[in-house]
Amino acid sequence: MKLLEYQGKELFAKAGIPVPPSGFAKTPDETEKFIAGHPGSWVLKSQVLMGGRGKAGGIKFADTPAEGKKLAQELIGKILKGIQNPEGEQVRSLLIESKLPIESEAYISITIDRSSKKPVFIVSAQGGMDVEEVAEKDPGALAKYFVDPAMGFQPFMARLLAYEAKLPAGYHKTFPKIAKGVYDLFFEYGANLIEINPLVLTKDGSVFASDAKVDLDDNARYKHPELEQWQNEGPADDDERAAVAIGLGRSNYAKLGGTIGVIANGAGLGMGTMDAIRNAGGTAANFLDIGGGAQAELVRKSYALVVSDPNVKALFINIFGGITRGDQVALGIVEALKGDDLRKVPMVVRLTGTNEKEGREILAKGGYNPVETMDEGAKRAVELAK
Amino acid sequence: MAIYLDKNSKVIVQGITGREGGFHTQRMLAYGTNVVGGTSPGKGGTKIESGQPVFNTVRDAVAATGATHSIIFVPPQFGADALYEAYDAGIKLCVCITEGIPAHDMLRVVASTHGMRIIGPNCPGLVTPGKALVGIMPGHIFAEGRVGMISRSGTLTYEIVDNLTKAGLGQSTCVGIGGDPIIGTTFVDCLREFANDPQTDALVICGEIGGSDEEDAAAFIKEHLSNKPAVAFIGGRSAPPGKRLGHVGAIISGNTGTPQSKVAAFQAAGVPVADRPSEIPQLLKARMGVAAGV
Repeated sequence: MKLLEYQGKELFAKAGIPVPPSGFAKTPDETEKFIAGHPGSWVLKSQVLMGGRGKAGGIKFADTPAEGKKLAQELIGKILKGIQNPEGEQVRSLLIESKLPIESEAYISITIDRSSKKPVFIVSAQGGMDVEEVAEKDPGALAKYFVDPAMGFQPFMARLLAYEAKLPAGYHKTFPKIAKGVYDLFFEYGANLIEINPLVLTKDGSVFASDAKVDLDDNARYKHPELEQWQNEGPADDDERAAVAIGLGRSNYAKLGGTIGVIANGAGLGMGTMDAIRNAGGTAANFLDIGGGAQAELVRKSYALVVSDPNVKALFINIFGGITRGDQVALGIVEALKGDDLRKVPMVVRLTGTNEKEGREILAKGGYNPVETMDEGAKRAVELAK
Repeated sequence: MAIYLDKNSKVIVQGITGREGGFHTQRMLAYGTNVVGGTSPGKGGTKIESGQPVFNTVRDAVAATGATHSIIFVPPQFGADALYEAYDAGIKLCVCITEGIPAHDMLRVVASTHGMRIIGPNCPGLVTPGKALVGIMPGHIFAEGRVGMISRSGTLTYEIVDNLTKAGLGQSTCVGIGGDPIIGTTFVDCLREFANDPQTDALVICGEIGGSDEEDAAAFIKEHLSNKPAVAFIGGRSAPPGKRLGHVGAIISGNTGTPQSKVAAFQAAGVPVADRPSEIPQLLKARMGVAAGV
């Protein structure tokens, strides 16, 4: 779950990371009212998840309430498009933030390094730029520190990073507090990524997180149920919603644009099935992983979800049972095909592994004969989709 | 020989009275695994139907049975606790089947359980064919033999093993290392064991898009394992970048985790990469022929 900037900054404030004075508005009137009550120079920042928001015209400056209202009218409801998201993302709210007199811009992030199995801090004095660009052009400018989770965050780590990244002296006093706040949030909320870019040093010597990028591990969301309300404020992900609605994990269903529906048990086999379809000359319409241990009802619902996509011309159900039992899968398929409420598409079933004999018997009684191998199934599915 | 697991390994099941724990306990027993008991807090002192004793704690189970191996079937929010409990009780090898354990829980677990080998989480377990199975894999697809198999995937492993067995290539040990970003045992950890295992003559590595474990494995093979022929497979080569497909580990973001980088790394290490699982036996036989000077 990715957080909008204002949401990330709410967490920052709780963790003691300084953020600029700000207001929040969902309408032009709210924007006008806020600026009227707080005279000064303000930045109107569109609350979207996409990168390249500034270039897409999502950031404006206002010095008066009337100006703020006019710009908010332009921004709220607008669809911002960038290189990374050609479909665009609609602006639903604005963060109204105090305009900072910038002296210097730095960068700090923390993420999980899979190889070392440790959180890694990345710090650079080149804030405001895309970190991947810095990594490519000037890798020496990035200071890294791998934290031993058993040791946890210690202030010396922040000092090492600040000196190694050659942060201007003005940062040095507050930087350990900011790094600690970032680390605390990282573990407390189970983040995949926390990034502050830029971390601004102002002309009067204050340091503020001027942006906030926070991506939380969905597996850790149960620890903070209060964040669920934020889920509805981000851009809608129809695939995710459809998957959750039938009881699957958030990323167990994804539309891919081809013509062959895919249902498999396990992400690896699902991906392998997509690959097999491509190798046989076809294209997968979707990826649907029923997970481990699926019961008949879930299989029926998965079938319904996949055939609800009008692009699906044929369906390939590929099951290699381990924790998933073939009889349950077969029952779900037979159940889905009963009655007239679901669209019928040509279908190939491959069923093997745990309880495969029972599963095959159930399918045979329903008049379906499963194929033996994945390659054979993929070939059949491609023919059926023609 | 084989690695990590043999016929005498004493295994307990953490969560033995649950739906999945109970079902797979019976399957592991049927395979011949030496399951000596299990835990289920509150049900200590009872026995499951097949006669294995149930304990309240892993400490009790280890004290009474001398178990060295455990397998975890608990919901994700209790996963870290179960791993810590196994470590505390002196378990040497712990297979964690549970899917959905927060990555941050695992960061802390792996940093503070030195000396206990963790397989998984979010994995199908491991099997030393003909001897013992600790996991949820369908036992009948395996055959005793001399191919070491390591996989990040669950069901894709079965697909490949099925192809190997049908082609007459049995397996020494098959390890499903799991699909999560933070796992206890990596490809390289397994390769180190297989390098020293006299029963293993050849290797199959089943990777996926995302992360850099495959690149690390290729580098290790190039450096230390050129004497054992190997073949690799990468799942998700047709996946579009940025799409999260199933588990969190399988995602291409930026330049990391691309299939091109993984395929190139294996090829540079002299490891052919199969386009489909069904090609693996043939590629492996060809490589083994070369190694044997045929």
